[in-house]
Amino acid sequence: MSAAEQLPALAALVVAALLVFGAALALIGAIGLLRLKTFYERVHPPTMATTLGTGSVLIASMILFSALESRPVLHEILIGIFMTLTTPVTFMLLVRAALHRDRLDQADDPPREAPML
Amino acid sequence: MNAADVLSAAMTISQLMLAAAMMCALLRLVLGPRAQDRVLALDTLYVLAMLVMLTFGMREGSTHYFETALVIALLGFVATAALAKFLMRGTVIE
Amino acid sequence: MKSWSSYVLLALALVALWLTLNQTLAAAQWLLAIPIAIAATWGYASLRPAHTPVRRVWVGLALAFAVLGDIVRSNFAVARIVIFARSRDRTAGFLDIPLELRNSLGLALLACIVTSTPGTSWARYDATAGVLTLHILDLIDEDAWIDLIKTRYERRLLEMFP
Repeated sequence: MSAAEQLPALAALVVAALLVFGAALALIGAIGLLRLKTFYERVHPPTMATTLGTGSVLIASMILFSALESRPVLHEILIGIFMTLTTPVTFMLLVRAALHRDRLDQADDPPREAPML
Repeated sequence: MNAADVLSAAMTISQLMLAAAMMCALLRLVLGPRAQDRVLALDTLYVLAMLVMLTFGMREGSTHYFETALVIALLGFVATAALAKFLMRGTVIE
Repeated sequence: MKSWSSYVLLALALVALWLTLNQTLAAAQWLLAIPIAIAATWGYASLRPAHTPVRRVWVGLALAFAVLGDIVRSNFAVARIVIFARSRDRTAGFLDIPLELRNSLGLALLACIVTSTPGTSWARYDATAGVLTLHILDLIDEDAWIDLIKTRYERRLLEMFP
């Protein structure tokens, strides 16, 4: 609890709001991952956690440590850059792999329909 | 109730929400039904674990958790890319 | 070597990355960062990557802000779908979009934009026909989506990578 008490009130409130917002987006994304019906639909919600969810938690972390150490703490930007570069690659690879596997299934076993293809 | 209380409550709430999110992703990992669903759930778990690390670091007021979060983010990418490649070709190294 | 500017930019980015990672501007770290950045850039240049000239950097800046706004907006849209929509009123599906963009770096950027916006994901791209297939979670108005991709993103990318 040491971190929370040394912070200016305004910074503390902003950090609190950003944290809850980011975590809520991540939770909704995970619920979507669980709730939606087909694989191609399920690809969409986790992107919320990786874009705006991660973004707001990173900004909250930057504000908190900048205020705590009274100097700009910016190295969270690196995580942001890595995430924006890597997430599209992994998701594209996954969707392509899924399409490929669905095509293979259709070739092997005609009655079993691939979702929406 | 002052700002510090609000912040520590917010930290607890966000950690609980992230824990619930990880449970959802874990459930999808177990339920499947197909391999690509499990890989997607694993990728989501990585991202959520990274967010949990960041909130832990903020709660402790220590920047050491940052390195952990960075390593998780990088390893998660490599792991998911390798798994996706495996799903596509059946081998990782050709 | 046609253009040194992209390699200089890469080296500068690596120096910036090193200094950010170490959270310092101390002279000792500059002395470490600069040789490492030069060596890494040299190693990258020896791979002989395809050289793509980038024009009109300010268009890229405008594009970045547009994408940032779209990410925020579509986050809320997907959140609403996940929480409120029942599975039967959801109309997810694949959408074919004919593209004029042929530059591989431009296509890579478009793929990053499309995938990092929740609600749209890149399914496949047919290079011979120039047709992009997207999967869209909220596929109610197909023309609106085609219009969004073509006027908001592709036009600007075509200006940057002719």
